Amino acid sequence: MSQTLRGRAIVAGKAEGPALVSRTPLSFLGGVDGETGIIIEPRHPLKGQAIAGVILVFPSGKGSTVGSYVLYRLAQAGLAPRAIINATSEPIVAVGALIAGIPLVDQIDINLIENGMHVAVDEGVVCVG
Amino acid sequence: MKLTDEEQAMLAGAQGPAVKRAIDIVATLGRVFGADELIPVASVQVAGVSYRNLGDAGLGFLQDWASEGARVRVPTTLNPAGMDPAQWQRQGFSSLSAEKQGQVISAYQAMGIEPICTCTPYLFGNLPSYGEHLAWSESSAVAYANSVLGAHTNREGGPGALAAAICGRTACYGLHKPENRQATHKVDVRCRVSEPYEFAALGYLAGKLVGDGIPLFTGLDLPAITLDDSHTVVVTADESDKCKLLGAALASSGAVALYHIRGVTPEVRQRSDLCPPNIKAITINSLHEALAELNHPVEKIDLVVIGCPHASLAEIEEVARLLRGKHLASALWVTTSRAARATAIAPGWVQDIEAAGGLVIAEGCVVVAPMNELPYRTLATNSAKMASYALPHAGLQVRFGALEECTQAALSGRWGKD
Repeated sequence: MSQTLRGRAIVAGKAEGPALVSRTPLSFLGGVDGETGIIIEPRHPLKGQAIAGVILVFPSGKGSTVGSYVLYRLAQAGLAPRAIINATSEPIVAVGALIAGIPLVDQIDINLIENGMHVAVDEGVVCVG
Repeated sequence: MKLTDEEQAMLAGAQGPAVKRAIDIVATLGRVFGADELIPVASVQVAGVSYRNLGDAGLGFLQDWASEGARVRVPTTLNPAGMDPAQWQRQGFSSLSAEKQGQVISAYQAMGIEPICTCTPYLFGNLPSYGEHLAWSESSAVAYANSVLGAHTNREGGPGALAAAICGRTACYGLHKPENRQATHKVDVRCRVSEPYEFAALGYLAGKLVGDGIPLFTGLDLPAITLDDSHTVVVTADESDKCKLLGAALASSGAVALYHIRGVTPEVRQRSDLCPPNIKAITINSLHEALAELNHPVEKIDLVVIGCPHASLAEIEEVARLLRGKHLASALWVTTSRAARATAIAPGWVQDIEAAGGLVIAEGCVVVAPMNELPYRTLATNSAKMASYALPHAGLQVRFGALEECTQAALSGRWGKD
């Protein structure tokens, strides 16, 4: 059964794919490998998973603002997520998504999205399932 | 968000792709924070300079943006780098780190930025006026600019600050709005706070208690900071050093970007509405907890660091006076701006420190340096910011105390009295 969620388009765009969901905040500097796009943060529940080609869902970014540049580098190497969905957007992910050309939606109840679900993003609208 | 005709044209690409990218970043940040307009900024201070933090991802982006035609349009300075570009070999860093660091600086220079790498731009060359809007990123400089100078800046991320420099604007939200500059906590200080390192310890304690709030301190014995005819603050070197250490600590143990001191800081002297009723009240009876938490049980000191934030001329002079004619047992670095180092040569202070075996490092910072390349395991400092960052950022055990205690440790090689 599909569900439509409405949020705020921080970086406009359309994308769809499988959801990779983190229930805890994500740091891109030090938390994600800039060469491979694999989550490397110690003790992170998604450690070892690749963020390439997924709809990446997490509450918000954290850590250094230099993390924005990691998303840019991943996009250039074709290893970026297709879209990002946050509960609350903040500057690191917002700027990173913008310069990397990744659609970004926030103000979404991310508890309604489960790992592996098919998700479609179009501006501020998110269709799940 | 309301954009002017010029801003809309910039967003449409009328001034080229680099400007379009810059204003797109600034407008996106405005959307995140619910800003309704952009405002011009008088100056910019950009973080994201140390290669150790930026990595090839950041370096690549800066080079791409520069070759797209990015040029700054307001006075812009940079945060400290990992090392002194002229003295990295004396510091002991590898040529690979130095080469990568040089590439980062070159990318910024290609954007028209003067390579002034310091966390204290307000001490030399860029002293903002009261009420001016800025886009600064270094947390201690943001705290100083807002609190001591009465300027208006949020704590910008590195990319957001650089974007503001390239389009000349930032999003108007947060501390740019007068109504958001009211205190959230009243901090009543009931213990002795007079030495500079005690202001650092106070900042460390208060920062943990107020988080990202705005503290209003009462009970601090400091002279009132006044404004001259051009609306620029007049502050003594001693008070400036104390406020610098206080703000740096507040912004590292907490996320404080603005503090007020009753009867002292300029904004609280100009405005009567900054202490709303019923805000949270905190009492500080002792600095003991800060001193206990910032001192690890180490006796042998490998490296002493004075200059976090970058040392003022008064601090350099004091270190020189304490070391004159003596010989150090430990390494000692005074980290400062290029301009301060150059000024401290004529009176012989740099020579005094070097003759004792110390270094006066320009433009570098231990917190962002590749310290894993060096043999040091322990550090002593008069900065609560450095003391709380040294272990997580540089892997060093720490002693924290007065500047004179630190230089004494450098002379004996050990912390505490012999």
